[in-house]
Amino acid sequence: MSAKLFSKDEWVGVLEGLKDAYEVYVPVKEGDFHNFRPLKEGTRPSFDFQNSRMSPKFLTEPQSERMFEYTLDEDQPDAHVLKEDKKELPSRAVVGIRPCDAYAFQLVRRNFDTPEYVDPYWVKRYEATTFVGLGCNDPCETCFCASAGSGPFDRKGLDVLLYDLGDAYLAQGLTDNGEALLGKTKGGKEPDEDAWKQARALTRQVAGKGSRRVPTDKLREKDVNALYEAPFWEDVAFSCINCGTCTFLCPTCWCFDIQDEVQTLPMVGDRMRNWDSCMFPLFTLHGSGHNPRSQKTERVRQRFMHKLKYYVDKYDDGIQCVGCGRCVQFCPVNIDIREVAERMNAL
Amino acid sequence: MIEYTENIRDIARRLLEEGTVDAFIGYKKGSVPMMNEPVLVRDPADVDVLHWDSNCGLNLCNYLTGRTDKVGILATGCNSRNIVTHVIENQADRDKLHIVGVPCTGVIDHRAVKRAVKHREISEVVEEPGGARFTVKGPGYEETFDKADFLQLNCATCRHRNPVEYDELVAEEVPEQENVEAFKDVEKIEQMEPGKRWDFFERTISNCLRCYACRNACPLCYCPTCFVDESKPQWVGKSIDPTDTMTFHFLRAYHCAGRCTDCGACERACPVGIPVRQFTKKLNKDCVELFDWEAGLSLDSRPPLDVYRKEDPNDFIR
Repeated sequence: MSAKLFSKDEWVGVLEGLKDAYEVYVPVKEGDFHNFRPLKEGTRPSFDFQNSRMSPKFLTEPQSERMFEYTLDEDQPDAHVLKEDKKELPSRAVVGIRPCDAYAFQLVRRNFDTPEYVDPYWVKRYEATTFVGLGCNDPCETCFCASAGSGPFDRKGLDVLLYDLGDAYLAQGLTDNGEALLGKTKGGKEPDEDAWKQARALTRQVAGKGSRRVPTDKLREKDVNALYEAPFWEDVAFSCINCGTCTFLCPTCWCFDIQDEVQTLPMVGDRMRNWDSCMFPLFTLHGSGHNPRSQKTERVRQRFMHKLKYYVDKYDDGIQCVGCGRCVQFCPVNIDIREVAERMNAL
Repeated sequence: MIEYTENIRDIARRLLEEGTVDAFIGYKKGSVPMMNEPVLVRDPADVDVLHWDSNCGLNLCNYLTGRTDKVGILATGCNSRNIVTHVIENQADRDKLHIVGVPCTGVIDHRAVKRAVKHREISEVVEEPGGARFTVKGPGYEETFDKADFLQLNCATCRHRNPVEYDELVAEEVPEQENVEAFKDVEKIEQMEPGKRWDFFERTISNCLRCYACRNACPLCYCPTCFVDESKPQWVGKSIDPTDTMTFHFLRAYHCAGRCTDCGACERACPVGIPVRQFTKKLNKDCVELFDWEAGLSLDSRPPLDVYRKEDPNDFIR
């Protein structure tokens, strides 16, 4: 696999050059935080960040998208006929995504791309995306990626891995898609042995710092009913205000809701798909009026049981969490998944 | 305010041991700097988890809704006013509450602190006893700040730091702030041209996720089903269409008219830093100007939108 060394002076030009072949997403500073945005005229990429506030999951699952449109005007010949919303799904490159967030797409794929069911929008978007990850020289204190199957320089979800060497980026191709992208870059040079040495030293140094260890090793063997009935759920859930912050910021929360939005004059409608959250009472409200998770304790338990037990049991490949720490940092009431995992693991 | 912690533990222990209350609602120290977690203590042996400092910014009144047991609860000035509002609105029974008043010197604006240290990692924030200064520690740096420069905006203009309704206090009352210009920011918006004001609102909510952290952090929002969650009829779309998002924010604010204590929990809770108080504060200002009203100051007076007075300033209602 090939590699290239780009000086930081030429970096923005390199990204601009990729725009011919890709829609390029880059981290952009917006007020107090960064988010990934398309590189357009006037966009100023900013790689001086720990992680984006919103996870890049919107690249494959936008918060809201129109799936169909229709008319309810009985005078029209196509009244009540759902017409698929035509979507442009161009080749895209997301540059600067953190390894944990890129790995998250692998977990989420289990839900959207199965032998039985394929979500066409998610899969097409995923396949059209090249993931150019930026290794974490300075992981957040709320991160626990190394305990969640990922790591500061984890390659699993990436096509290209970037090492930030201070005044240059060392870009290492990891897949055919990554090779193709590197082949399309202008500028850069063959990395010398010194660059590789620096990259290896960086990896060792960051691994040595060690992110917080969150024990999850016993979750698989725990009895599901014992965990479900564990005495601590009411305690864990007490402070929860049932907002959607944790689920909306989470790179691995994949749930959505489909809603029709109908307007009069003219009588037309859109069938929308929006992010949903298991924290919301409406999430499980049945048509009958019955709600199997009407209480917040049940909803909080569901979120943690899904991530730390049901998923673990179903796929036998670790937890449904990549340890990015967003929910830990931004939960308004400081519910900390690391502590909940410890309690579940120790039951 | 960190020095309140011991008193709070002693009071909670006594109340639980004497059986004055079945449970006590306070805060425990958070796992993340400048974030404390609301906690319910039932056993006197557990009171040592209780903690108080200048980062207790969520409104504990939230946790009273629907409770039928005897509860002890910590209440700062604004929180106590929300408890009063809860009692007036029949969401809490005063006889079942033991309100432990916390004379408050304000909550630290965690976003301002992060800005001040240029978004470097924060490992710990240590408050000095007395609370005038605090020190932020992170990898390779340590900086000390005056708390007065880092108050949440609602605290900086607060005129009711001391609880208005309580059964006992954790400490002596603190002096109230004088000569605060509470509505300067609202006036600035009022003076905008309508077009500019609309742009301002659109910009303000442009990052909104519709996660409803602002709504859910607010003790006033206790409806069994919020209008945004209704599907029959569907009052408002659930996507992130700006019209729907704006409808949510404006209607939320109007539902708080005459009830909001400007506790700041909504703004503090927002994961993307939207200054949602800009909406509620306008209505607080209107209530002061039109009805000489601030919410939750007394158990004996009804909020302006559910009373009729002959001296009402509006012609149409007289």
